[in-house]
Amino acid sequence: MVSTQVRALTYAQAVNEAFHQEFERDPSVILMGEDIAGGAGRDEFEDAWGGVFKLTGGLIGKFGPDRVRDTPISENGFMGAAVGAAATGLRPIADLMFVGFVGVCGDQIFNNMSKMHYMFGGKVNLPLTVITSTGAGVGSAAQHSETLYSIFVHFPGLKCVAPSNPYNAKGLHAAAIRDNDPVIVFNNKLLMGGAGGGIHVPEDSYEFPIGKADRPREGNDVTLIGISYTTLQCLKAAEILEQKGFSAEVIDLLSLSPLDEDAILSSVKKTRNVVIVDEDYPMCSMASELSALIAEQAFDFLDSPPIRLCAPHASVPYSPVLEAEYIPSPEKIAQSALSILE
Amino acid sequence: MAKSQSSIPKEKLMWMFETLVLIRRFEEQAKREADQGRILGTHSAIGEEATPTGICAHLRDDDYVLGNHRSHHHCIAKGVDINEMMAELLGKATGTNKGKGGTMHIADATKGMLGANGVVGSNIPVATGCALSAKVQNKDNVSVVFFGDGASSQGSLHESMNLAAIWDLPVLFVCENNRYAESTPFEYAVAGQSVANRAAGYGMPGVTVDGQNVIEVYEVAGEAVERARKGDGPTLIEAMTYRYHGHFGADNPMGYRTPEEQKYYEDKDCIIAMEKFLIENGTATQEQLKAIDDDAKARVEKATQFAIDSAYPDPSELLSDVYIKYP
Repeated sequence: MVSTQVRALTYAQAVNEAFHQEFERDPSVILMGEDIAGGAGRDEFEDAWGGVFKLTGGLIGKFGPDRVRDTPISENGFMGAAVGAAATGLRPIADLMFVGFVGVCGDQIFNNMSKMHYMFGGKVNLPLTVITSTGAGVGSAAQHSETLYSIFVHFPGLKCVAPSNPYNAKGLHAAAIRDNDPVIVFNNKLLMGGAGGGIHVPEDSYEFPIGKADRPREGNDVTLIGISYTTLQCLKAAEILEQKGFSAEVIDLLSLSPLDEDAILSSVKKTRNVVIVDEDYPMCSMASELSALIAEQAFDFLDSPPIRLCAPHASVPYSPVLEAEYIPSPEKIAQSALSILE
Repeated sequence: MAKSQSSIPKEKLMWMFETLVLIRRFEEQAKREADQGRILGTHSAIGEEATPTGICAHLRDDDYVLGNHRSHHHCIAKGVDINEMMAELLGKATGTNKGKGGTMHIADATKGMLGANGVVGSNIPVATGCALSAKVQNKDNVSVVFFGDGASSQGSLHESMNLAAIWDLPVLFVCENNRYAESTPFEYAVAGQSVANRAAGYGMPGVTVDGQNVIEVYEVAGEAVERARKGDGPTLIEAMTYRYHGHFGADNPMGYRTPEEQKYYEDKDCIIAMEKFLIENGTATQEQLKAIDDDAKARVEKATQFAIDSAYPDPSELLSDVYIKYP
């Protein structure tokens, strides 16, 4: 009997469920980060926060402070500890609260995490997951609103994924934790705040495969490639384009490294036009990388040059009127597509 | 309240009271702006006014102050204009940072305020560099960096203390220990239960002071600033203080601490204590102090109106102040 009932979860609930299930299935999974439980050391206030974005609540009560560890504010320290723990039998998850804080722990991520497996001749595995928050839109200004995919994907030893909804968020977190290599999971703040939420999420544990893109909308005239929150923006842009008589296909990238080249190229070869929408700084961005890939592999199929639609080449501003201009909007995406279609 | 009150000039005492009150009224208004949804939220400094006030009382405009994410009180104590500060909170073009930085990044180089900073521990090495600059240029400016107990766990503090100590740099490392790094208690996160003790490892003085007592802070800071100006090197000050509100915006601190603890610190409130001190010592009357408070309220009201009346930046400002136009 097939149930048609929708089990609607928010993004944060879906990720939280994945954590609970992975903690349950594998006793080597541990979690470290700042205020992932909160009120550390005070039994009466255990789990005061459950993480800034409420992804990690309930874990300490169920699995205990041995496996769920609030850390002092020491990103370089606990990120390196995650590397060491991963190399010696544990499967750690480390929470880097805001992606900009990579500036504090870049040494551990870039010099150790990304390189140990290779430089030790493949003899050491690092089955660890870094979760981090990305994105503008909540008035947090330059140091708490960045996206920064490109500096992580630049390193050969890091897998990188960026979920776009509760369904793939649950599956990608499970896949990241089970993966035997370091995986960085970028969680967008607006998605964690509820955008695009409330869709069906199966209760049973499942993996969404790393390395696979999704195609949430089929179309024939132009491919819009979104990453994380910009996939939602692309879907809205596709509706605007439909009203103008154009059929847009939306590719949700999901896996930034490795790339699902087949999904990207087959879509672009079909539609012959592409707009890549990325909230990151434009120079050396994912959008630049995808543009190069498409130019190299699908040049003969294109009716127009690939368009990169990124954030401006500027830090994220605080003022609401400036920030509103910062994230690529559905209107701007549609406008970019129309500039090549009309 | 303190041992050597008679040695502090009346003018200085009154400046400190005015500053405490101005910070308190500004922060109350900032919280109202957040509660009413006009801004996202701030890291409230209510309860922590005395530390920067007692320290900045010794500083000149050409001395440097660097802050952290909770820095409105540092800015006001260093003399940053509150009209421009409030405009910055509201994201207006007339703000200290033209609306681009917001609550966590307020800066005014003309007042020696080289910025609040959103990354914990991030400004400590920068402050060390400001002190290096003064030393290399044979100036007698000093540099002060404020950070919390949370930042004491960052490597940046330890690297900076070592650098400042080996080079005898004129810098004050000021830890405002408000007992919580977000929701994480000090007693859980700080090994040895003292930040000040860590100075010993770097061969510099480390002093613990009651951060709710502006006179005590003033006295400790006086020695440290003098030491720095004379070229005798850095000092680490740990001021024991308390934030009355949550870490940020709507955070409810009752989720991780007790009403009894909150009351203990509110009973030691720095403004009430200073009022009592000034009246008991005959420095000022109740009426004079009330007039100062009324003036602070009026200034904050004026600043708020200035901020509301100011225009938002033009969207083209998004691409000003960038070094490179791309694409």
